[in-house]
Amino acid sequence: MAWERKVGKAMHFTINGKNYDADPDIRTSLLDLLREHLNLTGSKKGCDHGQCGACTVLVNGRRINSCLTLAVMHQDDEITTIEGIGTPDNLAPLQAAFVKHDGFQCGYCTPGQICSATGMLNEAKQGWPSHVSERLEGDVELTDDEIRERMSGNLCRCSAYPNIVDAIREVAEEPA
Amino acid sequence: MSDTYTLTMDDPIETSLLDTSAQGLIGKGLDRVDGPKKVSGQATYSAEYSFENGCYGFLVRAPFAVGRITKIDTQAAKALPGVIDVVTDFDRFIRNSAQGAVKSAPVQGVRDVAYFGEPVAIVVAEGYEQARDAASLVRIEHEAGSGNFDFAEAIADADIPPDGAAPATHDQGDLDKAMGDADATVDEVWTTPSQNSAAMEPHASVALWNDDGLTLYGSYQMPSFDRPSLADALGLETEQVRIITPYIGGGFGSKLGIAPESVAAAIASKQIGRPVKTVMTRQQVFDATVRRSNTRQRVRLAAGKDGKLTGIGHETHCSNLPDEVFFEPAGIATHFLYGGEHRRITHAIARLNRVLSGSMRAPGEAAGMLALECAMDELAERLGIDPVELRKINDCKRDPEKDIPYSSRSFTECLDEGAKRFGWDKRNRTPGKMREGEWLIGHGMSGSARGNQLQPSEARVVLRPDGSAIVETDMTDIGTGTYTILSQIAGELLGLPIDRVDVRLGDNRFPPGSGSGGSFGAGSSGSSVYLACEDIRRKLATAMDCEPSDLTLKDGEAIAANRRVSLSDIMSGEIEATGRIEPGDQGDEVRQAGHGAHFCAVRVNAVTGEVRIDRWTAVFAAGRILNEKTATSQCLGGVVFGIGAALTEELVHDPRNGKVVNRDLAEYHVPVHADVPHVDIRFLPERDTHANPLHAKGIGELGIAGAGAAVANAIANATGARVRDYPLTLDKLLDSLPPV
Ligand code: FES
Ligand code: FES
Repeated sequence: MAWERKVGKAMHFTINGKNYDADPDIRTSLLDLLREHLNLTGSKKGCDHGQCGACTVLVNGRRINSCLTLAVMHQDDEITTIEGIGTPDNLAPLQAAFVKHDGFQCGYCTPGQICSATGMLNEAKQGWPSHVSERLEGDVELTDDEIRERMSGNLCRCSAYPNIVDAIREVAEEPA
Repeated sequence: MSDTYTLTMDDPIETSLLDTSAQGLIGKGLDRVDGPKKVSGQATYSAEYSFENGCYGFLVRAPFAVGRITKIDTQAAKALPGVIDVVTDFDRFIRNSAQGAVKSAPVQGVRDVAYFGEPVAIVVAEGYEQARDAASLVRIEHEAGSGNFDFAEAIADADIPPDGAAPATHDQGDLDKAMGDADATVDEVWTTPSQNSAAMEPHASVALWNDDGLTLYGSYQMPSFDRPSLADALGLETEQVRIITPYIGGGFGSKLGIAPESVAAAIASKQIGRPVKTVMTRQQVFDATVRRSNTRQRVRLAAGKDGKLTGIGHETHCSNLPDEVFFEPAGIATHFLYGGEHRRITHAIARLNRVLSGSMRAPGEAAGMLALECAMDELAERLGIDPVELRKINDCKRDPEKDIPYSSRSFTECLDEGAKRFGWDKRNRTPGKMREGEWLIGHGMSGSARGNQLQPSEARVVLRPDGSAIVETDMTDIGTGTYTILSQIAGELLGLPIDRVDVRLGDNRFPPGSGSGGSFGAGSSGSSVYLACEDIRRKLATAMDCEPSDLTLKDGEAIAANRRVSLSDIMSGEIEATGRIEPGDQGDEVRQAGHGAHFCAVRVNAVTGEVRIDRWTAVFAAGRILNEKTATSQCLGGVVFGIGAALTEELVHDPRNGKVVNRDLAEYHVPVHADVPHVDIRFLPERDTHANPLHAKGIGELGIAGAGAAVANAIANATGARVRDYPLTLDKLLDSLPPV
């Protein structure tokens, strides 16, 4: 890779089902590994401090802020980024719903919103409660307030929020 | 090359080809053409370009507010592995970001530091982590200077700037006398804080040089201005700079002009002979790009018993660095929104050593209507008139200052439609008296207005015999929907399905577009595409041996006088045309603006003062709506910016040195999902023949105008007390809550 530095040991990663080798600085965040070393630039950097959600990816199916974790810690993990969720010619249902409902404007927060929503729908399916849940046990009903609460770690300055909620609700209501 | 077909808007355009064409693409809520790329991470933003042999730059900031640098000690930084150099240029590094629509360099020279966090050097290293680490080891020595950090004090020496987006000063009649003679008056002061655009993509530049000069992948809203501005800063000819910016992760004014990272990356890249990528950290964006100025606004209203305004005053103090002429034109909508014979609208700048202030979404209206529209609400209360009614009473047929007609104005219609959709007749009529459990319920509204502008803009369109077309202009899409609406306009006028049009933006190799700012992008760049297509239609009409007005183009076929042929039958090769729109007399002969009305329902927690917004309706009229879906999103974005301004957004400056204290997204609070309810947005049908051949007016900023005031008015309605110091955080509401 053109922007790669040759220091330290080679590391190995599994991303979107593919194997990658890289040689990043030991201080490299998972986000910078993706963006600067593997040319997987779909994950975005909005703050580098876990404050915006633009860098959200799935690690072993769970959503995390990839700017807040070091790449070296994830060599045994299954990492899924927006590139692994769907492509322009073969969009995943959430991606298609974002287009249909105009759940974005500039598009910069969008990969993070979609990765986050993917993880969030699974959490809900598994019955994880949120701050606005009435009960801590049992099935989660994804009301608009539940979706808003669970997605509040993903900022969108273009403020497509209501359209994002519409897109997520549509997919959540689809029969599995 | 083709000749350029130019239209100067000296006269209204009575008929638009968009009303007679047949493809059926205009107005519909079509999906964004760039949507599939954006949702799959395939749209490429500036920082995502990588090049052979590239390296990383990291800006070094001055850790003091005012003074002269005596030494930059780079020894420790340079000793780290991977560090290539620490570069500075005391003459050419820019001190301030450029203001929008300026072709010359902004203030240059960083030996003398004017605000805390000013970027004064750049570390270049093989790896990003190395550059970042090394930057923290650069030591900057300085002789301290003295600066101004206290707004209240600096107001005493405020200066009156030259006219900007609005006249600095307008005096008409005798406002003091009108206030004395009035049946009811308002005379109050509102304050608004500094704000940051906080576009989700931080400013970023990748600079590389070749024999022709500099190529810069930068995140800029106005490449046709940013190019000469950057060239001037670097001492180059305009043609030696090429800016490429196909996707921009939001701007909201903060990327109108070049920012410090572009010049620093370019200079470093030249010096070391390698491509340099420099992305500002979120903290640096807060420290050293641009803010919306804080303001202090005195609004005076004088009215008769019937609610008719006799006088209107709006006097604003804002802040900026010494010598900067930009002022926050908070009175900009006050000039034309309401009647009243006696008027005084003024602006003055208090000089402070804080990061540059400049344009942020709807400069003027966004801050100014937070005061004006609350003042109107207070006047309505004092007169016992419904706030909607009061605004309708003061709607006008002609501009109250220039005595010219409005190009189109559906203000009353928006108020009526909004009131109906919202159910305004069922609102809480007694402030502080509607309660549900722990929550006080309030309803509020405001008027909305944003001036419409036209800027010179150029585009090239190529029609191919196979029924496809290419549109090229260095116009940008910052989330506004430019790719989509330009595809629609070209497809509509050339009779092509939308997927047969390929729109290419954000590259100085293309004809100079207006850029994105001031809500003029769609009208200006859309008109340039319209004109190029009109020129192509003329050529096709000649080939069809008919008048252009008798030509119908649809689905790749040309139809005239009972003849229907495919384009390939009448085209021997590509047809190319360049269209150019120029502002003209229509900018002065009529007052052009979009109008609207906001209505919202809020809950205020009677114990904690927490505010929740439950419901929102907004109705706008802004000429022809080119794409209902993207237009709705634009207005939605504006409304949510307004919610942020009303409730949470405030840059806190350290009183000792002007430093932005809350310089990240955890401490500068933009609205999140949980803060935003469903928002009902409607457009009224309108055509504006004076604006441009599309008959469309700008909408990117209309949504924010007045939005925050609707929230503030609803809070006052819920609690029964007025707070005039934005943002209306819960601590400021506690005193107006009922005893627990
Ligand atoms: S970039 Fe990771 S949370 Fe903002
Ligand atoms: S789409 Fe621009 S920040 Fe969300």
